Amino acid sequence: MKKAALALAVLSAAATSPVFAQSSRDYISIVGSSTVYPFATVVAEQFGKATKFKTPKIESTGSGGGIKLFCAGVGVQHPDITNASRAIKKSELEQCAANGVKEVVEVKIGYDGLSVAESKKGKEMQLTRRDLFLALAKQVPNPNGTQTLVDNPYKTWKDVNAALPAVKIEVLGPPPTSGTRDAFVELVMDHGCESFDFIKAMKKADKKAFKATCQTIREDGAYVEAGENDNLIVQKLDANPSALGIFGFSFLDQNRDKVRGLAIEGVQPEFETISNGSYPVSRPLFFYVKKAHVEVIPGMKEFIDEFLSKKAMGNEGYLAERGLIPLPKDEYAAVAKSVKAMEAMK
Amino acid sequence: MTNPTKASTEGASSFARVQAGMARRRAAERRFKLLGRAAVGIGLLFLAVLLTSIVSRGYTAFWQTEMRLDVVLVADEIDPEGTRLVDTLHKADYSALIKQSLRDMFPEVSSRRDRFALYGLVSNGAAFDLRDRVMADPSLIGTTVSLWVPADDDVDMLMKGHIDREGPEADRRIKDTTLGWIDQLEADGRLALRFNTAFFTKGDSRDPELAGIRGALMGTIFTLVVTLALSFPLGVAAAVYLEEFAPKNRWTDLIEVNINNLAAVPSIVFGLLGLAVFINVFGLPRSAPLLGGLVLTLMTLPTIIIASRAALKSVPPSIRDAALGIGASPMQATLFHVIPLALPGMLTGTIIGMAQALGETAPLLMIGMVAFIADVPQGVFDPATALPVQIYLWADSPERAFVERTSAAIMVLLAFLALMNLVAVLLRKRFERRW
Repeated sequence: MKKAALALAVLSAAATSPVFAQSSRDYISIVGSSTVYPFATVVAEQFGKATKFKTPKIESTGSGGGIKLFCAGVGVQHPDITNASRAIKKSELEQCAANGVKEVVEVKIGYDGLSVAESKKGKEMQLTRRDLFLALAKQVPNPNGTQTLVDNPYKTWKDVNAALPAVKIEVLGPPPTSGTRDAFVELVMDHGCESFDFIKAMKKADKKAFKATCQTIREDGAYVEAGENDNLIVQKLDANPSALGIFGFSFLDQNRDKVRGLAIEGVQPEFETISNGSYPVSRPLFFYVKKAHVEVIPGMKEFIDEFLSKKAMGNEGYLAERGLIPLPKDEYAAVAKSVKAMEAMK
Repeated sequence: MTNPTKASTEGASSFARVQAGMARRRAAERRFKLLGRAAVGIGLLFLAVLLTSIVSRGYTAFWQTEMRLDVVLVADEIDPEGTRLVDTLHKADYSALIKQSLRDMFPEVSSRRDRFALYGLVSNGAAFDLRDRVMADPSLIGTTVSLWVPADDDVDMLMKGHIDREGPEADRRIKDTTLGWIDQLEADGRLALRFNTAFFTKGDSRDPELAGIRGALMGTIFTLVVTLALSFPLGVAAAVYLEEFAPKNRWTDLIEVNINNLAAVPSIVFGLLGLAVFINVFGLPRSAPLLGGLVLTLMTLPTIIIASRAALKSVPPSIRDAALGIGASPMQATLFHVIPLALPGMLTGTIIGMAQALGETAPLLMIGMVAFIADVPQGVFDPATALPVQIYLWADSPERAFVERTSAAIMVLLAFLALMNLVAVLLRKRFERRW
């Protein structure tokens, strides 16, 4: 009995004392978006090889998950940087501050285009965001013109828009857990949805109903959730010329011999069109830095410098080679300036 | 026997009935056997399909296209002051030297765009290879070295036939001018497929031609060592106590039910537990093999306990009785007679548990071992990943060259698994005793 009590005491002492706790860390710990992951890892590797610092560790947790970990507190057991494929929300910043993470520096690194692609053998449709919304939403405005919603009746693209070919609607895309899906819903579905005035009016009156209408994707088999693996979508498109796929621009860029991007509202997903903003389906990418860690973790400053350097983020930098769409010149200058001064977000 | 004739006719008729049914029974027997054979055959077929698809896709990853470059190590470029300090040598711009050597080979290339394409023939890692070579032997500075460097992954894919040469130029990742250079280099004997040592000696990389599985392999080994060191003694001790010493009452029944239930709990739950207890309460470092080992210990313990108990149960009671009969204490009987005989079974159970732990990714996700980690871990506290995680990460990468590397990593994982099972079989063969 005595022994058991002793063992218990030792255990509880171990739990509360910092014996086990990490007292220092000599590598940078990064978490966050799976969209930014392929870019951040390239910078990290370059940084690890070119300098004497250790290669940063990068976990792909998704934007939301990353921010949650990032905001858990200050100290070596918490990550130093989080990547995000959307801007941090106000509520998240408040959460951060409540946990002692008061100063967060935002770094915008570039843009990512979402591409709607098909096999090379496909029909090369000209789509608009409205077409995509009508083809993929669970509920759509009644085709008879009355201002009511009905379960999506469309079977082929021709039903959606008479100008399109009579091909069965079959779209392979990411599941709801994916940031790519969030971006697709936000950039395509919401926009297509708002092209109907009576739904747009709903946005003001009943935001919840608006969201439910615009952001719910049909579940009758026309939209196929293809898992988080974009390579799989590319392979499936190759095998099925009538299907469309939704994935990030970098996958389109790497597989141009197998798949082709479709023009949205007449604009092809190209490097230039995304960079100058004429391609409608693109989103900015960020990372957030915990200012309190910059002086503590070795190599933080150098890592941020490497990320922001011309040879990484510039027009011909190695990130552009990987499919990141660089920031326009003036925006780049502004970001570089604010990061140099380590201006925290308000 | 009042009516023998009737009995005999009855006997004859039942014999005839059996005779008549014989063909049907034999046919049923044959069908039953055939069904079993078909089941085994289908299983083997699936295995064969799986293995062929993995091997046929992955075997090319064990070779890597390399390019022979003659690099002039200009002293003024590397170390203008001639100090030969480690820092100076480390910082020098070796990529400029590599680019110069490429330009020397193709002096006719002048436009900026073409030059970029030319530099793209060689992997980003070439400059670091050159740096390491110079730092190992600074006396090379001022001479011309000839070295094989990895070619870019696109060139590698072309050489291995994974990129179609014939398609329209606009769709190809390799353009016609580049194709011309590659053909010329190949004709000069400067481009060759060589054994891919980097795949076994390097850590992860985002450049497929530089990516290796050493980091993941070491991570797996460290994690499994921790798991084995914790789960084997704990599991065996628990099994021995429960089987040999514990009284049979409601408490031990409860424990037994719980152990059996735990064996069926989805592994992600153990990951969540690890996150809540080991990271948040004990403050262990995220992503470390130590942490992974602890979590996998929780996962494998029930398997080991159940297998060990079964092994102990199969030792005949006569062994215990004999030992106790000649005056051994219960502890002596257990330690010197029962456990040695049960050990092969225990080891088999442990190795099955380990093999299960080897393939696990779900619990590792929660504790930060699903991550890009380029440095090879040196100990159980360094951040590390594991083989199945590496496979998952590569499968998700956009570069085409990762497809074959994913399959190659799967082959290494399968080889590791086969090795562990082989050890289990050998141990059993060596120590097993039949009663």
